[in-house]
Amino acid sequence: MLGKLTWAAIPFDQPIPMIASGVVALSILAVLAWVVIKGHLPYLWREWITSVDHKRIGVMYTLLAMVMLLRGFADAIMMRAQQSVALHSQGFLPPEHYDQIFSAHGTIMIFFVAMPFMIGLMNFVVPLQLGVRDVAFPTLNSVGFWLTATGALLINISLVVGEFARTGWLPYPPLSELTYSPGVGVDYYLWSLQIAGVGTLVSGINLVTTVLKVRTRGMSYLRMPMFCWTTLATNLLIVAAFPILTATLAMLLLDRYLGFHFFTNEAGGNMMMFMNLIWTWGHPEVYILVLPAFGIFSEVFATFSGKPLFGYRSMVAATMAICILSFMVWLHHFFTMGAGADVNAIFGIATTIIAVPTGVKVFNWLFTMYGGKVRFETPLLWSIGFMVTFIIGGMTGVLLAVPPADFVLHNSLFLVAHFHNVIIGGVLFGAFAGYTFWFPKAFGFKLHEGLGQAAFWCWLVGFYVAFMPLYVLGLLGMTRRMQHYDVPEWRPWLIVAAFGAALILCGIVLQIAQLVVSIRRREKLRDETGDPWDGRSLEWATASPPPAFNFAVLPEVSGEDAYWKLKHPATGQGRSHEKPEYGAIEIPRNSPTGFVCAFFATMMGFALIWHIWWMVAAGAIGAFATFIVFAWRDHDEDVIPAAEVARIDGSNRAQRHAIFGKEAAE
Amino acid sequence: MSTVALTEAHHGSAGREWSGPAPKRTVTGYGFWIFILSDIVMFSAFFATYAVLLGQTAGGPTGRELFDLHAVAIETAFLLASSFTCGMAAIAADARSTIWFQLAMAVTCVFGLGFLNLEQQEFASLVARGAGPTRSAFLSAFFTLVGCHGLHVSGGILWLLTMMAQVYAKGFRPDIQRRILCFALFWHALDIIWIAVFTIVYLLGSAK
Repeated sequence: MLGKLTWAAIPFDQPIPMIASGVVALSILAVLAWVVIKGHLPYLWREWITSVDHKRIGVMYTLLAMVMLLRGFADAIMMRAQQSVALHSQGFLPPEHYDQIFSAHGTIMIFFVAMPFMIGLMNFVVPLQLGVRDVAFPTLNSVGFWLTATGALLINISLVVGEFARTGWLPYPPLSELTYSPGVGVDYYLWSLQIAGVGTLVSGINLVTTVLKVRTRGMSYLRMPMFCWTTLATNLLIVAAFPILTATLAMLLLDRYLGFHFFTNEAGGNMMMFMNLIWTWGHPEVYILVLPAFGIFSEVFATFSGKPLFGYRSMVAATMAICILSFMVWLHHFFTMGAGADVNAIFGIATTIIAVPTGVKVFNWLFTMYGGKVRFETPLLWSIGFMVTFIIGGMTGVLLAVPPADFVLHNSLFLVAHFHNVIIGGVLFGAFAGYTFWFPKAFGFKLHEGLGQAAFWCWLVGFYVAFMPLYVLGLLGMTRRMQHYDVPEWRPWLIVAAFGAALILCGIVLQIAQLVVSIRRREKLRDETGDPWDGRSLEWATASPPPAFNFAVLPEVSGEDAYWKLKHPATGQGRSHEKPEYGAIEIPRNSPTGFVCAFFATMMGFALIWHIWWMVAAGAIGAFATFIVFAWRDHDEDVIPAAEVARIDGSNRAQRHAIFGKEAAE
Repeated sequence: MSTVALTEAHHGSAGREWSGPAPKRTVTGYGFWIFILSDIVMFSAFFATYAVLLGQTAGGPTGRELFDLHAVAIETAFLLASSFTCGMAAIAADARSTIWFQLAMAVTCVFGLGFLNLEQQEFASLVARGAGPTRSAFLSAFFTLVGCHGLHVSGGILWLLTMMAQVYAKGFRPDIQRRILCFALFWHALDIIWIAVFTIVYLLGSAK
């Protein structure tokens, strides 16, 4: 009846997962109880869970990422603590638990923090920057989000029901094959990622179509803000790379479930094929993460320097060059495989070449700031912190791209330091810059500046204290993923690194405090102009938060920095004071399809992990029925009448006229 | 306020200027093309795997000993014919002719089922001869690649029946027309993939 699932799956004898999952379960219950008792449930259902508005979905993606960041960081601090005590001893985490923690940490941070953070920001910002009312496929967008949430949920269920993979964030065979990983851990990993991967693919298709086909009048390609360009590049990479991940994980699933021989030791299987396949997805993946961050930094540098982005066209070219080159370097992840000197040399050279377009970008950002009126507010601090940190990470990356050096540094903590250097310094700092930058647009008030700056400094210093020692440890010969060790020279560095992690914890606490304080003082921090940073692109041309339809009348664009031209009559045509002609606006109707679909996907995923076959069938039928119901509905759009549009836009206009009028008078 | 159109004194030539969001039919078709491209990328991963594992028969049978080109030729004929009738269905939908649409879709469905039936017979006979997917890495790759295409055809038939029911119940609404467009794209794409399967798996496989 319940397949492999028995009471033995719940680790009653292990205090750490029981306490952790108890805390998580209690906090989820507390939040749910609060929502129900306060009567917020109908509001949440109507306005958020069933919403197909790209802004709402973007916010939910970002929220998911931030919650999962806490989970992933809890794993990180446990690892740092373990390694700082585990000299000649077992520490406090037994090996089988430690292995699950580093696997979960990597999986969560990449797939359920970095990815949803970036996809959330793209979802929220891109239609606004393009001057349109929504993405190309709003309901599909909601389905994509909820499938991502399903993946995150399944991984968290593994904390208490069963176990998680012990194979690292990429389950290399033969370790991940049934022979060596007979438990459900790898299955949790595989089904979570397959389900979330469908969500990511859907979101990628949606955003590619949006950027290429849904832009306002006059928004030609070379007038798009840089963030739209990096969004295009990122989502092209998603569309081209994620199917490879799906295929690869499907092969591993067939090996595990049906006894196929893709990656096994027996019957002609070839495990190195897994490494090749997974990294043809995996290397583009790192650019999927970092390209949107590059876009965010481009917006931030231009806005906070009060200047147009330097070298816009070279930036576009660099972005697209990275997009293509990222598919040509995957083999540098396993130089030690034994492909031979010639192959390694080609991939080593290809890898170093990627540093060129990235360097172009860095110089463009520097020249954007040069001669500008630079305002050192939180988003810019994150961006400058990024530039310094990312350059160090990039240089250690070029070092690792040299095959002889890689033979020495391969699999050591030097590598761990390198990729945290680029992912924290690049992706996460970018996400935080974007979060601070666009928060006022999403909610109508700014985040507290002082706490934001304090959080930034804790993160920046904490990052260096936590990860620079890992470079040293790598050079001292410490390999990654060690549960305990016998080399006393390593220990001081590991203690320093643990201290760094504690500093980062302070940064996270300050960020939570910033959010809470800002919400409490929202009236004081309120921005009624819709343009708190003196922005340049169209998202700042509408109210904050924007109305459901974004723009009462679609703006018409005549050049780069569309909104800047609108604001500054000397360079543009000036602000029109005439009342526009309003028309009725059709907006897509909210739909529970995404949520219901994710419910059945969760059911199917869980059933597949535990071999509960009747439940798999029930989930599949349920999902298909959901789509039929969706396809059969007769009304898929709500119409906002012209009078209502005029009312909403009129009050926004009046408010902002008053403010701008006052400014003009001064 | 500032969402008002800001017009330039002189427009660029009308042809070069981007004229705003594309119509829904274009957006839907375009998005579905992107999906098809991603699906083709997934197949390319399976093709690459098949190419790598082709010689890994682990002492078991090779493609030359297993493949029956006559059956495969009939499968191919079924699929190509179904693509033709699928095209007829799309034309009928554009002409809003319910009878011709349903008829063409029904014939497409029959051809699709005929294809699946032959494929299932082939798979069953291979398993019966001890050449199932667990026999060798080569056979794992073969069954996965060809089976993945077969799963797509099965999904396509489910979609086809849904579209027939929907046109029956709702008529040719614009959103249903868009779905028919996507379905036709999907069905033709399966044909393209089958051509690759036929060439790379069966023709080249029989030669070795």
